Amino acid sequence: MLRPRIIPCLLVHKGGLVKTLGFKEPRYVGDPINAVRIFNEKEADELMVFDIDATIKKVAPDFALVAKLAAECRMPLCYGGGVTTPEQASRIVDMGVEKVAVSAAAIANPDLLTRMADAVGRQSVVAVLDVRKRTGLFAKGYEVRSHNGKTSCKLDPVALALQLQEAGAGEVVVNSIDCDGLMQGYDLDLAVQLKQALKVPLTVLGGAGSLEHMGNLFAKLGVVGAAAGSLFVFKGKYRAVLINYPTPEQKKQLCHNALQQ
Amino acid sequence: MICIVDYGIGNIHALLNLFKRLGIDVQRASTPDDLSGAVRLVLPGVGHFDHAMRCLNESGLRTKLERLVMGDKVPVLGICVGMQMLAEGSDEGAFPGLGWIPGRVRAFDTQPQCAELPLPHMGWNRLQSKPQASLFSKGFEDGAEFYFLHSYFFDAVDKQDVAATANYGFEFDAAVSRGHIHGVQCHPEKSHHWGEQLLTNFVDL
Repeated sequence: MLRPRIIPCLLVHKGGLVKTLGFKEPRYVGDPINAVRIFNEKEADELMVFDIDATIKKVAPDFALVAKLAAECRMPLCYGGGVTTPEQASRIVDMGVEKVAVSAAAIANPDLLTRMADAVGRQSVVAVLDVRKRTGLFAKGYEVRSHNGKTSCKLDPVALALQLQEAGAGEVVVNSIDCDGLMQGYDLDLAVQLKQALKVPLTVLGGAGSLEHMGNLFAKLGVVGAAAGSLFVFKGKYRAVLINYPTPEQKKQLCHNALQQ
Repeated sequence: MICIVDYGIGNIHALLNLFKRLGIDVQRASTPDDLSGAVRLVLPGVGHFDHAMRCLNESGLRTKLERLVMGDKVPVLGICVGMQMLAEGSDEGAFPGLGWIPGRVRAFDTQPQCAELPLPHMGWNRLQSKPQASLFSKGFEDGAEFYFLHSYFFDAVDKQDVAATANYGFEFDAAVSRGHIHGVQCHPEKSHHWGEQLLTNFVDL
């Protein structure tokens, strides 16, 4: 049977890899291709690479970088950042990238996902939702934001995720802005809401600080993707940059224990 | 020489790199001439079935490819949609497949056993290989775990052609072998040491 996935999530900013805190304070952590090579050696389940500049700068994906990543990557790759047309998605998939992620462009126009699914197949279309708890005196629940968290979409994540699934998304990645970089664990309430509502596979991002946090997620949600940035690029309480990933044995144990409960 | 059939789609680079890493002579074949002298053929594929068939049909490679596979019996390995193209057709599209292995490509979402499962079938799953399956004859004593990403699966007419199955609500045909014609639904180029072993076994056939 299928098992849960453990996924490093790498952010590209000004050509280098960075890690953010609450979607702010990007800190340089290394070179993208070098990181891919290390995760190859560690046999990571999958890799997500998001260019966090492209949408803000309104530029197309950096196809030269995508081609280099795809050629180097010996694990499945999901690329996001600046994709606004089905033609761009086709070009990225034809380069050998398994999945193309979209966020702002799909929220603005869910029909993009339908056209992308027609072009590359639904299985290669990923919708990413950056989600924050609503703030304010009487605010309840969550809201989806875009443009690196700067723009409120005034939409409920579950309702929007269902709409994007209907439109053509083959996977949803939910990213908690509140938990980003804190390494205190995932927002399980948010993850459960999405898992219960969705038919397509779900990947949860934002907040993982230990393998135990991932175990908690699997125990609660079953077979989903657990993605993390900080966990796999920092080591120790001083957050020294050190790319790391669980051994096959640790991974096996983690999945086994979590799904037994 | 191993030739990777480059008809415009699929992960040619990752496959080239992987074979080079294994120390195996490999080249990309974008023209019929490039295919001359091939001792093994790899047919990659991603995306929509019809898109892949159209690209192959329009690449100018199909006639030569068919001559090599059906005439000269050069061993071929179809990967992902490349495997599905070996079938006679697909529920995903209207184009006929290559028809090299009797079978049809069907949708998971029409299978009642998958009603409660997330779709597409995406992630790492175990293969159960058949004892006689040459693709899995070596190096899989401790199991075989591969990466899958698909909404459609190959349904072989003659189950003797099935080299391995995987379970996703039911046992589906995840690898097929009919004589020198092979196909795998999973992605060996994205499946770490298991993928390397499978490609090595294909080369050593």
